[in-house]
Order: sequence, then structure tokens, then C-alpha cells
Amino acid sequence: MNVLLPGSLPEALDMLASDGAAIPIAGGTDLLVHWPVRVDAHDRTYVDLSRLDALKPLSWTADELVLGGLTTYWDVIRDARAAQEFPLLGNAARQVGAIQIQARGTWAGNIVNASPAADGVPVLMAYDAVVVLESRRGREQVPLDRFYSGYKEMRRHPDQLVVEIRIPRRPYSYQVFEKVGGRRAQAIAKVGLAVTRSGAGWRVVAASVAPTIRRCPAVERLLETGTAIASPEALLPAVARDVAPIDDIRSSARYRTHVMARLLYHDLRDFWGKRG
Amino acid sequence: MNGHSAIRNPQSAIPITFTLNGKPVSLGVDPAARLLDTLRYQLALTGTKEGCGEGECGACTVYLDGVPVNSCLVPTYQVRGQRVETVESLEPGALEPFERCGATQCGACTPGVVMTASWIREHPELLATHSIRELMAGNLCRCTGYDGIVDSVAEALREPGSGKRDT
Repeated sequence: MNVLLPGSLPEALDMLASDGAAIPIAGGTDLLVHWPVRVDAHDRTYVDLSRLDALKPLSWTADELVLGGLTTYWDVIRDARAAQEFPLLGNAARQVGAIQIQARGTWAGNIVNASPAADGVPVLMAYDAVVVLESRRGREQVPLDRFYSGYKEMRRHPDQLVVEIRIPRRPYSYQVFEKVGGRRAQAIAKVGLAVTRSGAGWRVVAASVAPTIRRCPAVERLLETGTAIASPEALLPAVARDVAPIDDIRSSARYRTHVMARLLYHDLRDFWGKRG
Repeated sequence: MNGHSAIRNPQSAIPITFTLNGKPVSLGVDPAARLLDTLRYQLALTGTKEGCGEGECGACTVYLDGVPVNSCLVPTYQVRGQRVETVESLEPGALEPFERCGATQCGACTPGVVMTASWIREHPELLATHSIRELMAGNLCRCTGYDGIVDSVAEALREPGSGKRDT
């Protein structure tokens, strides 16, 4: 294993630019899982981000919450203002493992690990988060809902680092995060759901039911148009258009689809058939 | 040396210095070493256990700059300049509430459980937003069930000296 130890962001970007196969490592909570037996991973080159202190803090501007590239779940859980303005961030963060993971895992890492079952990504997407990528070539901003193109495929080039996650500050009239797992704690989602409503409209984001975390435009349209929905089953056609679940070790496609429809139906029961 | 072994043996040890249980330590570490293995096999602190090796069970819990982490997921080189505390740093009395409440059995989870519990005891302010059960969720126990563990932490919080540290 070859570890490069940059002391600053420009140095880290130089290292990523000169070795297209180098992998950035932050808290290691994904990369080091079952590490001793993952011999192939030992042969690679890593760029260690742990000393890039400028990327650690979260900050507030007049109209955005800005998470740094190294902001952890625990950083957000402890931030009283984040809990008040963006409660879904803390709700989701508190369901990512427990303190041992929350203290080390980063929001940016959750984005680039690109798991379809991520907990942090759905709430960021429901808040219209924008991913800020930086390389020696410059900065690029990509809305999170356009960041993924397929399973583990994303709009990050190998020389780019996620340096910020920018979340617009808006009043929300409705917001909910749901995670259905095998148990209440230390579980990976079988189905995840984040829903928000603001002046920008409805955002419905599904997890663990498609190759990527994704928005559900058909369900959003039902909400925007005030379509009357009389049962969970009535949502199944829209859910089927939006998601593509699979059978795997955690659940079945059929279970996931039905649970998704039931969560949507019951959580949003005050809104079906009501416009504006 | 052929190309393959060059890939297999790419980097020599990284020299690091950190604070371990209050004392400075300097050593060279394999870049691929996990903190868990460095503690157990290089520094002979075998109180920290490996359970799952995937950050789920919490048996390998240590404090890194005062916060519980899974040492199976920490590359050792990352702790340079930081403060690491293991179960060996705890007062022996930290275990007593667990023995009284029947919250120990096979012992595999116990070092990690007591580490997280002692952290909660030092930070009772966390209970304004979190339950004991949620804070202990990263430590799995397959013998005792969790009620005894939660009761033990509640009892430890009632003892004098709770909340003494400010990390």
C-alpha cells in the first residue's frame, strides 16, 4: 500500500492530478471494511485527506449551509443550528452506524462511495445540495440529483475532490426521513425515503430501490398536481416508474416497492389530493 | 525483484508519533496497518478486541482525540499527532457497574462496551439529545441482551465523578 500524505489542498490536488488511479481516503469507514482480506486494495495508492484541516468545518452563509469535504456526521449532529434548519441531516446522520462511525465518516465520503443504500445522500438530495468538486483544472458545481449516472458511476473525475457540499437555506413546510432496516440501529437500509416541500416544490428521494439514490419525479408530480390517492396500491404505478429495486441479501424487490408505496402513502396522507 | 513484488512491497514504514494512554509513542508503521492491529501486535495492548472487522460490533472501540472510534477502520498512520486511549487506560472500577448489573458474560464485547459507557459517563450532556441506548448502539453484545448494559451505564452516571472530563 502506498499512502501519499499531503499537508494542504493544493498538494492533494497535485497528487490526484499526477496519479489517475490514486484514491482519496478520509475517515476510512468504507475503505477499511474487512481490510485484512481485501488484498487487492492494499496494492493501490491512496491520498490521505486527514490533515486537510480547511475542509473540516461546516459553515453558514446568508443563504447556504456549507459542509466541508471532511465534515463528519458527528459534526452535523452536534450543530444545534443544523438541527433546527435542516433536521433531516441529523436524523439521517444518527442512523449511520453509531458514534464510532459518525465520528469518522464524512458526508462527502457518503456521496462518492455512491452506495444505493446511503443514508446521508437522500437527505442532502432532498435539500437540493450541490456538490463542489475541485481539481488543478478548477472548480465545478454539480447538483447532487445529477451527480450519479449509474451504479457507482458519478460525475467526479479521478483528479477531483469533493471540497464542499452547499445546501440552500429555505423555509420547509414539510420534511421527513424514513429508513427501514432489519433493526433500529446498525442496519443498512432496505428502503430509504427523504421528502421535503419548500417554495421550490416537492422533493421525493428514494434510497435502496435503484442503482443510485434518486429523485422520484412521477411521485413528485402526483404531489404537485394534487392527485387524489386513496390507498398505497394507488401509488404503485408512479413508484414503479421512479424506482428499479432488486432482490438482494437485505430484501426483495417486491417488498421494497410495497414498503416504498406505504411509506409515501402514510407519511403524506395530509397532502394526497390537495394542491398548493 | 520482479514488477509484481514491487507492487506488493511499495512503501516502507511511515514514522509516526502519537500519545497513547497519556504517554508519547514513536514507531514506524506499515501504511496498510489498522490501529487495532498496531495496538495489539506492535504495542502489546491486547485489551482491544477484534469482533467483526467491519465497523459494526464496536469490540475494538478506542478513543481518538477523546471520541470513540472503531480501531478496525482507522489506518494507524492517521493517528500521528493525535491522542489514542485504549481500555487499558480506564480505572478498573469502570467495569464494576457492569458486573453488578449482570452485563458481562463471554467478555468479547466488554472492552468496547466499557469504553463507550465511560465516554458517556464523561459526557452526561449528551443525554440532553441522545438516549443511553442510542449512544451504546455501536456496541453489539450477543450474550446478555442490552437492558443490563443500559442499566449499567445509568448506574455509572449516578456515581460520583461522572462528567469529570472535558474532551
